[in-house]
Amino acid sequence: MTFVPPDLMPALPEIFVATMACLVLVIDVYLPEARRTTTLWLSIATLLFAALLTLATAPEARVPGFHGHFVRDAMGDVLKIGVYLSMAAALLYSRDYLRNRTLFKGEYYVLALFAVLGMMVMISAASFLTVYLGLELLSLSLYALVAFDREDGRCSESAMKYFVLGALASGMLLYGISMMYGATGSLNLASVAQAIAGKGDKTLVLIFGTAFLVVGLAFKLGAVPFHMWLPDVYQGAPTSVTMIVASAPKLAAFALTMRILVEGVAPLGADWQQMLMVLAALSIAAGNVIAIAQTNIKRLLAYSTISHVGFILLGFVAGTAEGYAASMFYALTYVLMTVGSFGLLILCGRAGVEIENISDLKGLNDRSPWLAFMMLVLMMSTAGIPFLVGFYAKFAVLQAVVAQGFVGLAIFAVILSVIGAFYYLRVVKVMYFDKAEDDTTLSVSADAQVLMGANGLAVMLLGVYPSGLMALCSAAIH
Amino acid sequence: MGFEKFLFYVFAIVLVFASVRVITVRNPVHAALFLVLAFFTSAALWLLLQAEFLAIALVLVYVGAVMVLFLFVVMMLDINVAPLREGFIRNAPLGIAVATIIVIEMALVLTSDRSGLVSGALQNYAADHSNTKELGSVMYTLYAYPFEIAALILLVAIVAAIGLTMRRRQGVRYVDPAEQVAVRREGRVRLVNLAAEKKS
Repeated sequence: MTFVPPDLMPALPEIFVATMACLVLVIDVYLPEARRTTTLWLSIATLLFAALLTLATAPEARVPGFHGHFVRDAMGDVLKIGVYLSMAAALLYSRDYLRNRTLFKGEYYVLALFAVLGMMVMISAASFLTVYLGLELLSLSLYALVAFDREDGRCSESAMKYFVLGALASGMLLYGISMMYGATGSLNLASVAQAIAGKGDKTLVLIFGTAFLVVGLAFKLGAVPFHMWLPDVYQGAPTSVTMIVASAPKLAAFALTMRILVEGVAPLGADWQQMLMVLAALSIAAGNVIAIAQTNIKRLLAYSTISHVGFILLGFVAGTAEGYAASMFYALTYVLMTVGSFGLLILCGRAGVEIENISDLKGLNDRSPWLAFMMLVLMMSTAGIPFLVGFYAKFAVLQAVVAQGFVGLAIFAVILSVIGAFYYLRVVKVMYFDKAEDDTTLSVSADAQVLMGANGLAVMLLGVYPSGLMALCSAAIH
Repeated sequence: MGFEKFLFYVFAIVLVFASVRVITVRNPVHAALFLVLAFFTSAALWLLLQAEFLAIALVLVYVGAVMVLFLFVVMMLDINVAPLREGFIRNAPLGIAVATIIVIEMALVLTSDRSGLVSGALQNYAADHSNTKELGSVMYTLYAYPFEIAALILLVAIVAAIGLTMRRRQGVRYVDPAEQVAVRREGRVRLVNLAAEKKS
């Protein structure tokens, strides 16, 4: 056997981020406490430069690499850029939050960079082996980040829950992978698809394996009935970490679903589409209905995430290129809105004051009209009010579903979204019409304010002109 | 029944017995020791499959390092067994029912003609065939990318473990060796000029 050294160029962004994560780890040790911001700016610069690098080295067509373990394609590039930007925004939003809670440490940024690397590996995975390793790299970094505030018992508790349920999910996924390997004799996703297609009839072990893969993915996405960890982790983790857990990993989970189900187990589409249909319907129903009863805003956003995950899965139920593109659009805009909403919660807090309950947002309009307006835009968009991006995302997914004849499912989703709009509007009502308990004006640093503005503006602009991003998603999927 | 098959059944029975004992013995130290036995017999099963590298790695890494650490932790923690067993009887019927259903389902699927599991006879290699060389030659070529990611996962584990557990405690009496070495006479000895005592 002669060995051909792999071409490293397609993996340049991965190599860059890995190198920089190690460098940040070493540089941070030599920084005095007062110059800790250098670590933050270095991490953000790494993410932005990685985005440029990804753009600069974007290949014309799909490039496989590393002997079938890696793939570089347009879908991966778009999602990766989404990951870099949302992570950079999340790090910038949480600077003052971390500083006020003595969590402003170098390890936070190192773990965040490794989480980004894990997501990149997942997005570019072309074999079950890299799928699993990327997932573990991401999950391990996230477990540590959730437990980062070790003085706080709730953090440790939610980290423990996340760890145990995450390990269970990994076990399910591995079990499914081992069955697929047993049935097809290959770990490479493309060869698995070929082997299944070549077999003709579906064997039991394949369907069994697919079911386990779907359960593992549903756990990681947080789809009902595998959503139990989500509200507890969202509530227990420091808000800045909740923002990280809630945003970019969903892009990676979308990519994972694309790679495993659509590329790997494609010939069994009819089987997993039925499973996903049940998951999607349950998620949309449970997410929207249970959220109404929440008083804690982090738990509310967790149930909101669950219902959004349902919508992302709806695009897969459609099973067409339009459906996948709509799902991808939905995932990208969901991340944009989530980073914004959690960013706001972080900016509204001060040293010793954390925004926990919806009532903590009382009279936000009197305290900071700018932040209140941004929250209004984000909540309206998340609820799916027309002319904001959230509406178009829902519309595109439903259009793809209806085109495949699932009219009943679409009507069900619309009715529950209308029910769900109630709790988003309640947040708006509390901000604008209730009296504040303390009416000190909020002071927010200039860079965070600019970022918040850009975030809100993106939500509004994409709502009016969604065609650009939508075209990008369609082009990336085809 | 060949000798090899006989060995397989001996090891398999010991393995199952040891695994069951791991979760049924009362003493955690004994449980850890039964786990060592389980690892050892699975290593023997690897040897029967002609995978000598994996067998040795299992003994060296799991028995030699992981289990020793595990025993150390178990002995350090001094776990009180009684509370752990609360509700065991109450939950046992449900647990047994679920386990039985899973086993029956798995058996039905895997023994079915339609299960479609790829199977083949074990290939026999010459005595001087090196399993280690085979593994090494694919590990650093075809699987170089996953191998590197696994290395990064270990790095994250180190960073996370240190980040979560290392703390500088306030008020701990602690001597800095560097300061001790650099000490000068002036820091330790003070010459006090005392006037000679006068007789009153």
